[in-house]
Amino acid sequence: MAVTVKTYASVSEAAGALSSDRSARYLGGGTLVMRALNEGDVAIATVIRAQDQALTRIDASGPRVTLGAGVTFARVLAERDLAFLHAPARSIGGPAVRNMGTVGGNLFAPSPYGDFTVALLALDATVAVAGGFGSRDIPIEEFLQARDRQAGTLVLSVSCTRPASSEAFRYRKIARIKPKGGSVVTLAAHLPISGGRIAGARIALGSMAPTQIRARAAERALEGRSLDATTIAAAASAAAEGTSPSDNALGSAWYRREIVGVYLRRLLSGQE
Amino acid sequence: MSKIPLQFRHNGRDVAIFVDGGTNLLVALRELIGDMTPKFGCGQGGCGTCSVLIDGELHLSCLTLAETVGGRSIETLDGMKQGPNLHPLQRAFADHFAAQCGYCTPGMLMAAKALLDRNPSPSRDEVVEAISGNICRCTGYEPIINAILAAAGGRVSA
Repeated sequence: MAVTVKTYASVSEAAGALSSDRSARYLGGGTLVMRALNEGDVAIATVIRAQDQALTRIDASGPRVTLGAGVTFARVLAERDLAFLHAPARSIGGPAVRNMGTVGGNLFAPSPYGDFTVALLALDATVAVAGGFGSRDIPIEEFLQARDRQAGTLVLSVSCTRPASSEAFRYRKIARIKPKGGSVVTLAAHLPISGGRIAGARIALGSMAPTQIRARAAERALEGRSLDATTIAAAASAAAEGTSPSDNALGSAWYRREIVGVYLRRLLSGQE
Repeated sequence: MSKIPLQFRHNGRDVAIFVDGGTNLLVALRELIGDMTPKFGCGQGGCGTCSVLIDGELHLSCLTLAETVGGRSIETLDGMKQGPNLHPLQRAFADHFAAQCGYCTPGMLMAAKALLDRNPSPSRDEVVEAISGNICRCTGYEPIINAILAAAGGRVSA
């Protein structure tokens, strides 16, 4: 079935059109919406696009980093100031998908996809969205919890604070297919250190629930402690707590629960 | 529903077509322009056989909304041969038995061209990375990797 494509010059016009039409979807890089159309998703009658340059802007010069929703993973990889996000960007797709897929679209990618969002969740990112009533900032965790109801909101950008060091932010995607494939489990850890102790630990997991989630029990095991073997063991044994993974062709729910702690231990110990 | 007029460059030639809303670039190329070199594989971005270059950048044509390529330059495998001669990559694929059933070959060649256009002497790891979005079920990838390395090194029969 043919759909109606509406292209707007500004994000505010696109946001208005998106929020007023329940059968409309915003087209970013195409890897989600075009896939749905190819599969014959009749729920989509209108495709909305915006050619606003604000959507493709990268501000990575200071301690606070902002990525326009339309920034592709290839552009993240081309930006030297975004080195801390290169591992998650590189873990997605092949080159073609990285030339197309966007930071904003990744927020909507269902499990086992959405690896970049795992990194953003560990970094306590903020999502700027425009709805029918102007724009606002939402903490990424809140955004993800309500993701099913976000189809009518247009994501403008994501922002996060640059981690203090490369040690403070770690990322690992576990896939069966090398070098690329869907995620069995994706892990990201942000471990700011203050006076030799972890202050504000964030552990984010992908493919362990319908959306990307934080492993709060593991975070509690890390908080206020130094990153030694005892602390790492405690965090690893708590990694699966509160998760609700599903079975798919890449791995069973049981398998994901079994291995998530193993990989968290390796990530925290700095092992490959 | 009315058709949408669309103009772009296809392998160096200007083309003008009318597409339905929501038509993907792969369908536009195959059914409206008659270029059957990009293949339909999965329609989901998982297999890479529909890969084309848009303004020199590797894209999946099945996930590209046709009307977003207005005014842009599309390269497909159909435009790769140089007059009566095969492109060195095509020659290398033939020499190294890199095509077996052949279904992945158009996408593999475009992914390889995208790599060599910006990195004429890639490492083996860079070749593996460049074709990581392209699935081949016949060859086990080794002949394809060897063919791309041979083309990059100029070790191709005339």
